[in-house]
Amino acid sequence: MAEAAQANDTDLIQGRTGAWEIVLGLEVHAQVVSKAKLFSGAATAFGAEPNTQVSFVDAGFPGMLPVINEYCVEQAVRTGLGLDAEINLHSVFDRKNYFYADLPAGYQISQYLQPIVGKGTITLDLPGGRTRAVGITRLHLEQDAGKSLHDQHPTKTYVDLNRAGVALMEIVSEPDLRSAEEAGAYLKKLRSILRYLGTCDGNMEEGSLRCDVNVSVRKPGAPLGTRCEIKNVNSIRFVGQAIEYEARRQIELLEDGGEIRQETRLFDSGRGETRSMRSKEHAHDYRYFPDPDLLPLELDAAWVARIKASLPELPDAKKARFMKDFDLSTYDAGVLVGEQETADFYETVASGRDPKLAANWVISELFGALNRAGKTIAESPVSAPALGELVGLISDNTISGRIAKDVFQAMVETGKGAAAIVEEKGLRQVTDTGAIEAEIDRIMATHADKVAEYRGGKDKLFGFFVGQVMKATGGKANPAMLNELLKKKLAG
Amino acid sequence: MSLDRKTVAHIATLARIRLEPKEADALAGELEGILRWVEQLNEVDVSGVAPMSGVEQFKLPQRKDAVTDGGDRDRILANAPEAAAGFFAVPKVVE
Repeated sequence: MAEAAQANDTDLIQGRTGAWEIVLGLEVHAQVVSKAKLFSGAATAFGAEPNTQVSFVDAGFPGMLPVINEYCVEQAVRTGLGLDAEINLHSVFDRKNYFYADLPAGYQISQYLQPIVGKGTITLDLPGGRTRAVGITRLHLEQDAGKSLHDQHPTKTYVDLNRAGVALMEIVSEPDLRSAEEAGAYLKKLRSILRYLGTCDGNMEEGSLRCDVNVSVRKPGAPLGTRCEIKNVNSIRFVGQAIEYEARRQIELLEDGGEIRQETRLFDSGRGETRSMRSKEHAHDYRYFPDPDLLPLELDAAWVARIKASLPELPDAKKARFMKDFDLSTYDAGVLVGEQETADFYETVASGRDPKLAANWVISELFGALNRAGKTIAESPVSAPALGELVGLISDNTISGRIAKDVFQAMVETGKGAAAIVEEKGLRQVTDTGAIEAEIDRIMATHADKVAEYRGGKDKLFGFFVGQVMKATGGKANPAMLNELLKKKLAG
Repeated sequence: MSLDRKTVAHIATLARIRLEPKEADALAGELEGILRWVEQLNEVDVSGVAPMSGVEQFKLPQRKDAVTDGGDRDRILANAPEAAAGFFAVPKVVE
């Protein structure tokens, strides 16, 4: 059962005058995955030479008319459905008016009173397996602005319009979040859903996913405080830092008898602080009005239903299935479904094999190796079928779990298959009772004194005998069989 | 609805129009006239009438997701008062 939007005691911040609650709402700008822009046929690819992906529409040339990209509309609807949200079959594009050097038309085509997607929900995965539902207020389609470079010339700003007109989905949350940790969980979950849907690549470094954070504080149970909006925070870590700093600033100001001014603030990641953006003082007077160049967007309910039917299995459903069918813990299932590629990889490893053992190997050994090598799962030196083969060799007792780690290391280094390495290095586990018994007898004969001590009550020596036999067999004795046989023999 | 000078000055700022103080009074009068004219529309009872987005009952035309434009930097920059290294160059906008 999801918890209500109320701060845990641990989320409260202690000030001089008592505890304070942080109230957060997030506005995420997610760049739509599409070949062409929202209202023009210019390309959207990242990293092109400046102003080479610009049409006359994007550059705001007089007389140019916008024509909407049907795929961008489909992507917005798909995202809305993935967020379990209402799809508005009738929506309207408006002009949001403001002046800035990288906005050539002097207005951004956006949606205001009638967005394409209405209320939805995101379920947060919190520590300890807790979950909590966070409301989505709306999702609307709008154009991105161009990019300004301020550091290329002492007195000039350089403007590149390649990004101008690229489709964005602005996804607005309800003020349901109560801590930096929850804001991070929200962003991670949203990014995961967008990537599963294929509607946004979620790349925060390249600016495909950008976040504005609305922060206010209040005494628990009091009405909402005045909020400040922190603009363009471009990593999950910075979102956390910006929230912590801004909440502290507001609490100190209020406790000193001051007042919060509603304003737009900028996060300075170098200093880890937020500061006022004076230039945005008038910016909230956008004078929205319906764009006379665009008729309302009318969607067909049957078309929306077809998109809904084509949605992939999303992280929450996949997680529930992994827990039910594979008996995985909440944590393991959560880690495995974070990325579609990881979930697919795991399912291949687990196919026809012990699913819990497969989960352990993917999460501990494979992720460990990938982290050390700085690689993604797509670049994994060990393929999913190859790791599955290794897990199979453990399950059928061909090798022990300990030997398997050496085999895995060899697989990472050589790219060879698990069975091939086991044969080549002679690592097949000794499961022949007679052979293990013979080793035990030999060790016991060599260490008759220790046997006597053990039988005299020095139980701790059991580990010594295990070690000796393992050493003698090159670690290949089946551990469970060895334990059982050794116990019997030592007991006399 | 009446417009004071402060409101007129604010609208001028939003529209990036430089306004001399003495022009504000005259403009306030003109703008008030326009607003009064528009306000007459409030006398019409439109309850139950859906907002109209245009006189022609067309559907919004849509386009396939294909790259059909761009790659024409010289013409994009042709009218720019100043350009450098493929960028528009404008007076520094400091944040």
